[in-house]
Amino acid sequence: MKALLGWLEERTGAGRLAHEFLYANIPGGARWRYVWGGMLIFSIGLQFVTGVFLWLDYSPSAQTAWESVNYIQNEMSGGWLLRGLHHYNAQLLPVLLVLHLMQVVIGGAYKSPREVNFWVGLALLLLVLLTALTGYQLPWDQKGFWATKVAMNLAGVVPVLGPALQRIMIGGADYGHLTLTRFFAVHAGILPGTILLVLAAHAYLFRRHGFAGDASKRQPDGPFWPDQALRNAVVCLALVATLLFLIVRHRVFSTPGPLGAELGAPADPSQPYSAARPEWYFLFMFQFLKLFPGGHELWGAVVIPSLVALAIFLMPFTARMKRGHQFNVAFLCLLVAGAGTLAVAAKLSDAADPDYQAAVVQAQAEAARVKTLAHLEGIPAGGALTLLQHDPLTQGPKLFARNCASCHRYNGTDGLGRPVKDAQTASDLAGFGSREWLTGLLDPERISTTNYFGGTKFKDGKMAKFVKKTVAAYTPEQQEQLKQVIEGLSAEGHLISQQAVDQRDAERIKAGVGFLTDSLDCVKCHAFHDETGTTAPDLTGYGSREWLVKFLNNPGQDDFYGEINDRMPAFGEKGILSQEEIGMIADWLRGDWKQ
Amino acid sequence: MAMHSERTDTGTDRRGFFKKLLAAALGAIAAAVPLAAGFMVATDPLRRKSAGLAQVKVTTLDALPADGVPRRFPVIAAKTDAWNRFADAPVGAVYLRRTADGKVAALNVVCPHAGCFVDFVPGTGTFLCPCHRSSFAVDGAIADPRSPSPRGLDSLAVDVKEDGSVWVAFENFEAGRPDKVPVA
Repeated sequence: MKALLGWLEERTGAGRLAHEFLYANIPGGARWRYVWGGMLIFSIGLQFVTGVFLWLDYSPSAQTAWESVNYIQNEMSGGWLLRGLHHYNAQLLPVLLVLHLMQVVIGGAYKSPREVNFWVGLALLLLVLLTALTGYQLPWDQKGFWATKVAMNLAGVVPVLGPALQRIMIGGADYGHLTLTRFFAVHAGILPGTILLVLAAHAYLFRRHGFAGDASKRQPDGPFWPDQALRNAVVCLALVATLLFLIVRHRVFSTPGPLGAELGAPADPSQPYSAARPEWYFLFMFQFLKLFPGGHELWGAVVIPSLVALAIFLMPFTARMKRGHQFNVAFLCLLVAGAGTLAVAAKLSDAADPDYQAAVVQAQAEAARVKTLAHLEGIPAGGALTLLQHDPLTQGPKLFARNCASCHRYNGTDGLGRPVKDAQTASDLAGFGSREWLTGLLDPERISTTNYFGGTKFKDGKMAKFVKKTVAAYTPEQQEQLKQVIEGLSAEGHLISQQAVDQRDAERIKAGVGFLTDSLDCVKCHAFHDETGTTAPDLTGYGSREWLVKFLNNPGQDDFYGEINDRMPAFGEKGILSQEEIGMIADWLRGDWKQ
Repeated sequence: MAMHSERTDTGTDRRGFFKKLLAAALGAIAAAVPLAAGFMVATDPLRRKSAGLAQVKVTTLDALPADGVPRRFPVIAAKTDAWNRFADAPVGAVYLRRTADGKVAALNVVCPHAGCFVDFVPGTGTFLCPCHRSSFAVDGAIADPRSPSPRGLDSLAVDVKEDGSVWVAFENFEAGRPDKVPVA
């Protein structure tokens, strides 16, 4: 063994190199404040390692990016952990780098002869931020997509080269496959490669100049191994513990949130995302931009940040002036405090914005829904977005809010849970066709309230009169018959929520259907199976998908309200809604979607 | 002899200089070929035209509120994404509203500041961008002068056909500049 090592040493010098590294002299011996270099290298190394493993399963294209990330996150064993480490470490790294920068500036380690290494360090910070920025949109979820879109549009504001650079990064005029392939190549290839080179230069220059500041005379020098290495290891372990805590915190405290990194709903260029925000360490820029009125965004996005960067760059020279060092320290502290204030202001203004909160809630619901669908039925080649686009639970409320909620309500809201400004002029359709809903309709107290006919021209129509006069005077026996009629009529809809009770009450339902046609004589006006009826809507299959689709296509058909139809448009026949959209509204109202 | 040796020295110097020049030039050419090839592909998007203007049927007249409140509609059109062609993909969205003179006006929902989608706020009757709080009047003009947007919302040409279908000449415009320039 020794002979083999000797042979290898003679040819490579690896042992001597390792010895040189491990036993590097540390002036004044090991110290806690010397852990920064080791910790930063560990943090960057962690990004490299987790990044390469993510790369094994990531597929950059508009139809596979979200899909592959979702697969890693929710299907592959340990995927949540791997992605969580990469995600949260990407959040910590800029913090560590800025703290390191402050340490260097406050400690005066940027002054001659370490100017070049100071600049190399600044370049490293910039490269890390760019890597974070390009990584943010790789999952191709709504949040990353819209936030990056904003960032790229701001890049287009840069004079001369801006628009061309923007276009080269996006890979064309529109966002798509090439945006992902290019962002991925920059994120996983170009930037990490450059970071490695810059890191090597940083380490080389550091070794050339050594630790700055007071090489303490009281303590004897010591080697790196094992005293300093132990301190570094402790700090690295603390970093990993922090990451693990961030990954599992929502489970530990039972707060709403993902295990590991968040993954929103897939990017949809036609669906706005009002909760689009950059990563928190860019929030200060986001808030800063709000301060600049139209036509001046160049100042906020380019000029002032560039001037600030220049001022930091020139710090080693500023330091030579009288009180220059104090100025640098004050400037940097002000900068960090200012950025912190802006970030907090952004958070506060979002916290006070109900629209933003609603957008977040809706985004989380959609994200959860698409994951369920992807898990249940797999993702078609067209991408996960098609799952949501054809999902009644997702589209139903949106279609209802857009097309129905100016008259109807759903549990008193527009279907998406928001209040409606316009007065309610038609029924509340939550639970339409269910026993409860029909019980309300046939209740003399309730039929003329706005939740049923109150807002329509049927308020005092034949049906309302019938309920308020005839039904109100029912004998207990007739009331029992009415109950069975409701059960029978409700069973026509084959509602999923009533499957069990419909089965249980088969006898009563059969009897109810009988009362409907004979003793209570609903068929005097309504058609029902073999009975032809006269003026009122056909009750055959009432509340079923088929019935609802037909009704939505044209409520003024002879089978329904005919000429006495109130204001409800013929959504299908007039081409206001497609057949698929009508079907999704019907399915949603009936509570019929994939679970 | 002296002259001869002098000549030789000059010759050596000159030959040496040419050697250095040649080495640099050949090396540069060798390095330039792969770089040029890469540069050509990387900048290909600059030479590619965008989808540009598309006449798209968005909805029908009956779907527009009579009171002139804008309503948002997704724009579904054919779309090419690099090597893929989609017959009907969501390419954007528009706000449509009936105007006082009985016509239909269309606005691209994209905020000209940084590209977010604006929301219509019924309470104030204005459009508000959720990203940097630009606000726009119902006709698209900037409502609050403190808005970061450099111009109002971009209007689009609308064509209402005899059957009541509403067609929009859909296109996107460059964000972040005061003039309305189509994304080409």
